Amino acid sequence: MLTRLGPPLTVFLLAGPILFGLAGTVLPAFGYLPALGGNEFTLAYFADFLARPGIDGSIGLSFLAGIASAGISLLVVMFFVAAWAGTRVFSRLQHLVSPLLSVPHAAAAFGLAFLIAPSGMIARLVSPELTGWTRPPDIAVVNDPMGLAMIAGLVVKEIPFLLLVTLAAMPQVRLAETRMLAASLGYGRVAGFLLLAWPAIYAQIRLAVFAVIAFASSVVDVAMILGPTTPPTLAVRLLQWMNSPDLSMRYLASAGALAQLAVTAAALAAWIGIERLGALLRNHLALRGRRFRHDAPARHGALAAMSVSALVVFAGLATLAIWSVSGFWKFPDTLPQSFTLKTWMTATPRIFSPLATTLVVAVAATIAAVILAILCLRREDETGRRPGRWALFLVYLPLIVPQAAFLFGLQLLFILTGTMASLPALILGHLVFVMPYVFLSLSDPWRAHDRRYEAIAAGLGRKRSETFWKVKLPMLLRTVLIAGAVGFAVSIGQYLPTVLIGAGRLATVTTEAVALASGGNRRVIGVYAFLQMLLPTLGFLVATALPAMLFRRRRAMRI
Amino acid sequence: MDDRGLSLDKVTIALGATQLLSLTRHVPPGEVLTVMGPSGSGKSTLLAYIGGFLDPAFTATGRVMAGPVEITRLPAEDRHVGILFQDPLLFPHMSVAGNLIFALPAHVADRKERRRRAERALERVGLAGLGERDPDTLSGGQKARVALARVLLSEPRMLLLDEPFSRLDADLRQQMRELVFSRARESGLPALLVTHDEADAQAAGGDVARIGE
Repeated sequence: MLTRLGPPLTVFLLAGPILFGLAGTVLPAFGYLPALGGNEFTLAYFADFLARPGIDGSIGLSFLAGIASAGISLLVVMFFVAAWAGTRVFSRLQHLVSPLLSVPHAAAAFGLAFLIAPSGMIARLVSPELTGWTRPPDIAVVNDPMGLAMIAGLVVKEIPFLLLVTLAAMPQVRLAETRMLAASLGYGRVAGFLLLAWPAIYAQIRLAVFAVIAFASSVVDVAMILGPTTPPTLAVRLLQWMNSPDLSMRYLASAGALAQLAVTAAALAAWIGIERLGALLRNHLALRGRRFRHDAPARHGALAAMSVSALVVFAGLATLAIWSVSGFWKFPDTLPQSFTLKTWMTATPRIFSPLATTLVVAVAATIAAVILAILCLRREDETGRRPGRWALFLVYLPLIVPQAAFLFGLQLLFILTGTMASLPALILGHLVFVMPYVFLSLSDPWRAHDRRYEAIAAGLGRKRSETFWKVKLPMLLRTVLIAGAVGFAVSIGQYLPTVLIGAGRLATVTTEAVALASGGNRRVIGVYAFLQMLLPTLGFLVATALPAMLFRRRRAMRI
Repeated sequence: MDDRGLSLDKVTIALGATQLLSLTRHVPPGEVLTVMGPSGSGKSTLLAYIGGFLDPAFTATGRVMAGPVEITRLPAEDRHVGILFQDPLLFPHMSVAGNLIFALPAHVADRKERRRRAERALERVGLAGLGERDPDTLSGGQKARVALARVLLSEPRMLLLDEPFSRLDADLRQQMRELVFSRARESGLPALLVTHDEADAQAAGGDVARIGE
């Protein structure tokens, strides 16, 4: 009964906020916002937007960040998988990289900043011995005008994501057979994989790549932490306008949000062009018949890039942790002279409220998302119909439409209904972004579950609901909890939805951490960023420990 | 017609426009009808239709009667058809006894009585005292016997056997055939066996329907 409601409810909760939100952005962008006295349609705000100083720079940065971070992370993943899939090195690195998926973007970005800044960990490790620096050099490594640090921060976070979606698509190709076929034709390992197996895999992960481009071209928190400041990226400027006490700036912000939509769309279009070029290049190489047998440099390069990207995040997080407990720490010293819990103790009373909000919102959004996903999947079980391509596209929609483009309008909706800065509104805002990840991580294992167990239970005379609660759900408990942990991590990491819907009155660990970015107090940032990283880890710990404990005497329930 | 047997009345199964099988048979209580055919002939699909979990890709018509009851009109959980698959498919999160107690009908309400019946069922398949074990620690033959005990405890109207012996090695296979068929006979259950192993059909001893040839 309830399962019948699952798909329509999910469509409504995913597409509803996006459509309402887009409408609420489009109208003010053209000057229509009766609540603020805008009753006439005008293009003036677009003209105003285009006349803003440095706007072309902001637009260019956003476009470049989208293409470059997706391109680089995809290349690393592609060559790494091509060269190493099926080896022990691969599974070891895979286990190292997978947990990074749960690290919030902001925490990873802070970690990177603490690592590569002129006074960061890397400079300390080699100073003064190699560099002769006794004081931090005056170079803009972080917040560089080209946005390289920002792109690097995005790349190290997108690599784990793309690696995981690629792994999920791997069963589509028969790896060992493809390898043997390619080798028997004389192709090198990498070339054989790229020519024979990659096209099928890429077709599977294409929407995820689009999501990466859309995210990178419109990200706010990473850009605030690592990105350029004069001018910042388009999305950061949008938020500045949005947060302006001058309410009429909302028109400009809305016009800018539509421009953001266009920039993201342009980046996606450019990417489709790059895909075509890639296909042409592939066909050209295949027709020429070059074998690329000596591909050791490519293989080792891919391994190095993958390892470095993971190590950077781990080293960054470790540096954050050290900062949070550091006493006096003068520049070229590798470690602080003393360790103290003072920062933690002073921060604790102020952390309590954001922490509570973070947990309540994350738990509520996650539970809602898991229930919706299960209802949809049970409906699928009942009807035996797999949703078509449009459904998958719908699931990806919140990840592909730039957040600002619909969150501005959604915020307006919440203001008009008087629910602004309320917990339910914030939970709904998070749900839109949590739901896709929960659904994507739950659907494959759910569909892979052996339906014969249910047939047996029905044959034994058990009702559908009993079969679900007593057989299917316990058997899939681990999977469900892991999907929940993914959703929980996604919610913890949400920045823009939280700032916009929370409106400064509801703060989370993430919004507090990002707000500290400009202040530059590394010890306090260390505390908040460490918490940001800790919470998702705890989620995954619960998700693996609980089933292990419940089923500790059931061997087949272990992985 | 026998009032407790299994009847297939003009049962047809089709995939798209292709008709896979068409069957009218009666199986008296305690006897076995063996349906033989190559893989892809629709013999497992026939069991899915009778059990009430047919993949919607297939279309099926015809009535299946358990004595006077037309079970094809009932939802799967009210059909009470006991199924044995190739794999024992013991519920991995329950103990051996848990698997058996799950199968007991609700009218056995007393908890102690449920436990006692589960223990007795284990004894009857030669596995006395293994109730608290983790199913995954049993041998292949033991698992198969627990699966049989489980299905019999649910007081089914009939047994549907989907090549249940094919994964067992030769010795065990012979033992399991004898055990399954003798228990079906004792309980007066009509059984429908699908297989592509001639030896299964011989051991079953009943009618043989050949499809897809």
